[in-house]
Amino acid sequence: MLEVEGLTAAYGPVRALDDVTMSIAPGAITAVLGANGAGKTTLLRTLSGLHPAKKGRVRMDGTNITALAADRIARLGMAHVPEGGGVLTELTVEENLRLGALWRKDKRDRAKAFTEVYELFEPLAQRQRKPASTLSGGERQMLAIGRALMGRPRLLLLDEPSLGLAPMITASIMRVLDDLRAQTGLTVLLVEQNARSALSIADRGLVLSLGRVVASDEAKTLAADDQLRHAYLGF
Amino acid sequence: MDRFLDLTLNGISSGAVYAALGLSLVIIYRATRVVNFAQPALALVAVYLAYAVNKATGNYWLAFAVALGAGVVMGAVVERVLIRPVQRKSELSAIIVTLGLLLVLQALVGMIWSNEPHAFPYAFDFRGRFSTNDAFAVGLVVVTASALLLLFKVTPIGLKMRASAFRPDVARLLGVRVGLMLTLGWALAAFVGSIAGMIATAPFLYPNVLDGVFVYALTAAVIGGLDNPIGTIIGGFVLGVGLSYVSGYLGPELVTMAALAILVVVLAVRPNGLFGTTIARRV
Repeated sequence: MLEVEGLTAAYGPVRALDDVTMSIAPGAITAVLGANGAGKTTLLRTLSGLHPAKKGRVRMDGTNITALAADRIARLGMAHVPEGGGVLTELTVEENLRLGALWRKDKRDRAKAFTEVYELFEPLAQRQRKPASTLSGGERQMLAIGRALMGRPRLLLLDEPSLGLAPMITASIMRVLDDLRAQTGLTVLLVEQNARSALSIADRGLVLSLGRVVASDEAKTLAADDQLRHAYLGF
Repeated sequence: MDRFLDLTLNGISSGAVYAALGLSLVIIYRATRVVNFAQPALALVAVYLAYAVNKATGNYWLAFAVALGAGVVMGAVVERVLIRPVQRKSELSAIIVTLGLLLVLQALVGMIWSNEPHAFPYAFDFRGRFSTNDAFAVGLVVVTASALLLLFKVTPIGLKMRASAFRPDVARLLGVRVGLMLTLGWALAAFVGSIAGMIATAPFLYPNVLDGVFVYALTAAVIGGLDNPIGTIIGGFVLGVGLSYVSGYLGPELVTMAALAILVVVLAVRPNGLFGTTIARRV
């Protein structure tokens, strides 16, 4: 699904990603873990084309997307939900969702996608015409994920969906992701601070430290590795 | 009472011009946070082209169409060629570029067509109280503004333009060609600007003909909130009528000062304009 080779990115002279190599299998949930400043967000931003890669290569389903613009990559089927969700508070819930599917030609399928998202996230269905600014933090996160799903992505990048949310809401969002994967075979790359909850639904995990991959393994193995947990994951 | 009616109707027809030119500023400000000081110059060039076409062919409506088309093309070209390269550095450099462009275009127009006033025709009969020409001007502005608001509000392209204006990065992640939306925004703005120029210019055309109108349009946009199209349209008409009363009851020499006073008061009391939403967005 996604092949990353020697990916390096920097902010000015500061290296944020250093020679990252990874691969994601279709239908898998991969957790990206690590402390603040480990390069998790930069990894997602570089994959989705918001931040330029300095070196290395990213291929999605065999297509080299390293140098493509973010909107092109999105139209190829990669959806990136940025940190905080990036909900447009000036627009209504429905407009936000509509925006997620605008690039797709198939109009009939758009209507279907609306129904599916509203079924998936009940609270959004009740607030369709309300401005997104009236939503709670959890609802905004649902809207952000729902909006990404409107484009029927093959690969979903999620940046800290649990940030600032109550544990119960986080758990319900994780459950939705798990269900989606089971039902639609959606591939997910999940960045999380909360390593425990991320590893509980992930198949594989990747641990970043100072922009480098320090561990990459089955989620169970990572969760069982005491040394790694203490050193990088904080639980 | 009769005089009051006269002044009100006069105010409405000049307000239409302020509303249209103000709207063209707002469309660009909303999308790029740049006040386009070159807007009157773009409109001026469009009107001069219309003047040339009208003189050559004698067909006023062909000239009108040429002005609108020229506006669209100039708006798109200015965004692509002049604004985009400097925009990445800072908003201030883009504003300075628009100021520079204003001076260059005004000088250029003077060099080509001379600084002497040329007679420029009205679209329709302009005599009498609220003439056919006034009705045409007001109607054209109202129809154009409504069409634009509808475009922003209900069409997919409008949704994409709003998303690009509010959160460009997020819009990109949703597959929106943000650059294209910006170019389109400038083209639309210059189109509305050309309409304003065409209805504001007659009876005489000279390089500084739109300067005064531009100051009032900017005032209208600030009254309405620089990022609020509906507010700006209302602001344009209110300002037009208000200044017409000032001119009629207090004396025409006070009009500029009154506009300035309104500007200062609005900025002091409601810095985001009477209908502005900037503060709400920043929270």
